Amino acid sequence: MWYLCVFYHRLLEYRKPEFESLAGLFEGRSGPTTLEWRLPEDHHPDSPFHFVNLPSEEMARDIASRSILVKGIYELWGEGRSFEELEEAINSYPDDRKLLYLAPGTTFKITVESFGKAISSHEQSDRFQKLAFIPFKGKVNLRNPEHRFCLMDNDDYGDNNGLPPIVKRRIFFGREVGASDRKILQTYQLKSRKYLGPTAMDAEMAFLMANQAQVKPGKLVYDPFVGTGSILIAAAHFGAMTMGADIDIRVVRDGRGPDCNVWSNFKQYGLPMPLSLLRADNNLPPWRSGLKEVFDAIICDPPYGVRAGGRKSGGRKLLKGVIGPYTVPDDKRTDHIPSTAPYSLVECVHDLLDLAARMLVMGGRLVYFYPVLREEDSPEPTFPEHPCFELIATCEQILSYRYSRVLLTMVKVAPYSEEIELAAKLKHIEFKENHLKWLEDGNLHSAVFSPADVQINGTGEKFSSKPKYRGKYV
Amino acid sequence: MRLLTHNMLSSNIKGVTNGFPLRIEVEKVVEKEVDLNMDFLRNMFAKIEWKALVEASRTMGYSELPDDAESSMLDSDEFLRKFHHALLELHLEEGALVCPETGRKFPVNKGIPNMLLHEDEV
Repeated sequence: MWYLCVFYHRLLEYRKPEFESLAGLFEGRSGPTTLEWRLPEDHHPDSPFHFVNLPSEEMARDIASRSILVKGIYELWGEGRSFEELEEAINSYPDDRKLLYLAPGTTFKITVESFGKAISSHEQSDRFQKLAFIPFKGKVNLRNPEHRFCLMDNDDYGDNNGLPPIVKRRIFFGREVGASDRKILQTYQLKSRKYLGPTAMDAEMAFLMANQAQVKPGKLVYDPFVGTGSILIAAAHFGAMTMGADIDIRVVRDGRGPDCNVWSNFKQYGLPMPLSLLRADNNLPPWRSGLKEVFDAIICDPPYGVRAGGRKSGGRKLLKGVIGPYTVPDDKRTDHIPSTAPYSLVECVHDLLDLAARMLVMGGRLVYFYPVLREEDSPEPTFPEHPCFELIATCEQILSYRYSRVLLTMVKVAPYSEEIELAAKLKHIEFKENHLKWLEDGNLHSAVFSPADVQINGTGEKFSSKPKYRGKYV
Repeated sequence: MRLLTHNMLSSNIKGVTNGFPLRIEVEKVVEKEVDLNMDFLRNMFAKIEWKALVEASRTMGYSELPDDAESSMLDSDEFLRKFHHALLELHLEEGALVCPETGRKFPVNKGIPNMLLHEDEV
């Protein structure tokens, strides 16, 4: 059946992939899920209003209540360009779908919403009056109604509401089937979290990542760059068992004291503690060789050198072969602090894919961020590939005029073998040569932080040649 | 560090061919209660090296696990409880993990194993 899905007008590229991941989760499918989507007449793909075909109302409810970016899912009773058209549509909607929800003895509530515009209470009651033709027999209950209805529209306010002017006015009336619970974002917001690092993942994004990874109770989720645990917290909220590693021992072991560390973050929200936190190097993972297919999902934000750079074992000179390895004297071994060297993004991503290919169960998901430069002359981004994985979603989040990060969702579709390890290495070398030279060794960092060439126009004012409309980028 | 973690780790020093299982040096063991999740235990049972778990739990002072186990035993509540306790509730708070081949100690402080290698080990 077709439902009206109303999204929040944010993170536009994340909305459908999240929805489809959740549809897969509730259907028990780990591979890509493609749903049928349709746009309302005269609407733009960035519009918050979409129609989606779902197998059941239960599925719609499940998706909406777990989703971060779905505002609500509705059974559409009617739509139109004007209230006259809307009335006609609602009247011709079959009675057997309506009467049950209008029956005497039921309680209901109607909300009035307008996309991109606040409506005064006066105007709201005006609009309620226009619905008087619907034979509501139940009682109004604003606190805890059995049935909720929503009257929504988007006005054609010209081009100023974040959508291109081609979007024409459309009015929708429907019965709410499910709605999201964004209260969790407030509960988990970073500003009230005790232990934070410079790259702690924003709560909304962490939940989106957990949804992309189809996290559910009893699953084991691993983050090889755990930091302060912000991604695992979202996974634990959805019931997963969590494990994390980091190369920085101060973060995983000490934090800022006994009451301010990764453990205390989990305690703060009453979540089960991670099964394991350890200090390990993603470049030389310490897992026993016989251990395979143990994690259900790997979710992480690899260090790509803009806000925090990656490190791996081995000194700079050591890796270049300039000097032989430093032999640690026996009496100094206990408290020796091994030197580390910069860990380039290319190598880091290769190690991550190799680890994920080996350690994820079949159908397990790898969800991680990958940086992309947005300069006009930069080529179309290409993403790392691996013979064990199928890339099923790429969601861009623009961070500045210079660069953005793309959330990649990959599903393990083939078992890991030695041949695959070799093939992946070759693919990695090719990828490195062709696409990633410019991202290596601080290029990304300098591309992001070097002074911009500001164009000065005739009047001496600074201006940007980029279009004002940034619908995708909210 | 739980014994689940111990069961997954090995010494990855360059040249070491058999770094598993790591020997446990106990300084301090703590027990923390965890909710029992049957599905998770059933899932993990297939991935666990049983002998290493039995030996590790004995080093930590828990000797209730049988020497051998097979998946049919998962139907017994008593077995599940013991397995759960050994795998998830025993923590090595202070101590070390010792590489069986070289004797190199990976320290465990505040429950966090430090698996980072020294310069001459990579």
